[in-house]
Amino acid sequence: MRGWSASEQVSRVFREEYGRAVSVLARHFGDLDLAEEAIQDAFAVALERWPVSGPPPSAAGWIITTGRNRAIDRLRREATRGEREDQALRLQAADEPAEENVVRDDRLRLIFACCHPALNTASQVALTLRLLGGLTSAEIARAFLCPEVALSQRLVRAKAKIRDARIPYRIPERTELPARLTAVLAVVYLIFNEGYTASSGAELVRADLCTEAIRLGRQLTELLPDEPEVMGLLALMLLIDSRRPARTTADGALLPLADQDRSRWEPELIAEGQAIVRSCLRRNQPGPYQIQAAINAVHSAAPSAAATDWSQILQLYDQLMAWAPSSIVALHRAVAVAETAGPAAALTIVDGLSLPDHHLFHAIRAELLRRLGRSEEAGRAYEEAIARSQNDAERRFLEQVSQRRGATG
Amino acid sequence: MAQYLLSIYQPDGDPPPPEVLAPIMGRVGAVTQEMKAAGAWVFTAGLHAADTSTVVRFREGQALVTDGPFTEGKEHIGGFTIVEAPDLDVALAWARKLAEATTLPIEVRPIREGAKR
Repeated sequence: MRGWSASEQVSRVFREEYGRAVSVLARHFGDLDLAEEAIQDAFAVALERWPVSGPPPSAAGWIITTGRNRAIDRLRREATRGEREDQALRLQAADEPAEENVVRDDRLRLIFACCHPALNTASQVALTLRLLGGLTSAEIARAFLCPEVALSQRLVRAKAKIRDARIPYRIPERTELPARLTAVLAVVYLIFNEGYTASSGAELVRADLCTEAIRLGRQLTELLPDEPEVMGLLALMLLIDSRRPARTTADGALLPLADQDRSRWEPELIAEGQAIVRSCLRRNQPGPYQIQAAINAVHSAAPSAAATDWSQILQLYDQLMAWAPSSIVALHRAVAVAETAGPAAALTIVDGLSLPDHHLFHAIRAELLRRLGRSEEAGRAYEEAIARSQNDAERRFLEQVSQRRGATG
Repeated sequence: MAQYLLSIYQPDGDPPPPEVLAPIMGRVGAVTQEMKAAGAWVFTAGLHAADTSTVVRFREGQALVTDGPFTEGKEHIGGFTIVEAPDLDVALAWARKLAEATTLPIEVRPIREGAKR
């Protein structure tokens, strides 16, 4: 702890504990705005006191207790009706210690409320980052390249819907858990992907979002240790993120898997991701995230692109197609087909897909055509891909490939 | 407890023939019975076609009456049910049953507290 200034300590505790603290108070008071305001009050007090008195032994507990007292103060001040006064007094009387199990369940309740199907995806993402990640509206707005005003309004509307429509803070029952969990995992993976391949804009990787998604993924594995897909998602994110340092050149252009300097991949992330994949295999309850993690684990295990075990990757894609058939999965499967059965077989598959707006469809088609010596068609396909890429780094990469391949092909 | 308005959205035009409608009405009746048994039912109404509606506006000190409906579109509210539920999930569970019974989309909207009864 030495070397940290008091304000740095407060902001570190804020990042780590904000979601937990808000979730406890949200259940306690049934009011998200009150919970958020009270926890923010508590952090403001911490900023004043900790530099003088030093941080308390349990920073999280201190924040929750201080926040709860602040919330009760607020309720008292705002009490225009006796009912509210009663509520405040009752809550104070029921000042039970925050047990670890209860807190754990509070966080889960809040996650499921944020990712409730009655909210649209954009609101689910914003709420999750705000309430569980402790990101400010300005930070979320910057990450998603949208105006801060719009993002704040979205948050206000979403919180009002939770309150007015009474979206419950509830852990779904066994029968509805799979569907509800799918929504939560989709939000976390969307945050990760937004960070990894920014859908538009100049920066290819908005690393903060990746870090945040992995942190949320880790939290979920602690909260739901018996759900193999939760483990699968964490492994998938770790394995993809391990390649981040090798993914772009010094001037910010994108490098595909085959051209990456594998010595720059992060061995710790790979080791952790692969260990999770192995434990998932032992558990033998596969699902789409676990299978995608396994595919990435095979890539990570290959010392070079040429040494990749493509037949295993193809098998895994076959499995993924059985679980979650989609044109996008079929497209990626075609890449494995090209490596095992040759580009002609892969092109037949790709040409049978209808993905005219997807830049990868055209990029993969272009590459297959080039390998078949059909350079004129390949050139046109590269142009289609470039026209549809929304990310500058990706577009630059495609332009370079198109020129290089055009000159030699 | 909160109350929710469950609106049934129905395509405009002729209602389905009796052999289609009868089983639907039977299923809706069964859901209503279930709501009543659970103590969740507050009110139910079926409406005449949207083109039987009339719109009244008050402008410049005068009531202006025009042919309805107020909203454009090919679908309008064909009926509604008000249920009492502790939270949205419970209200959505009733909506799911109603959607299954009617095969029509159900819009679930919370009723403001203090506005009930």
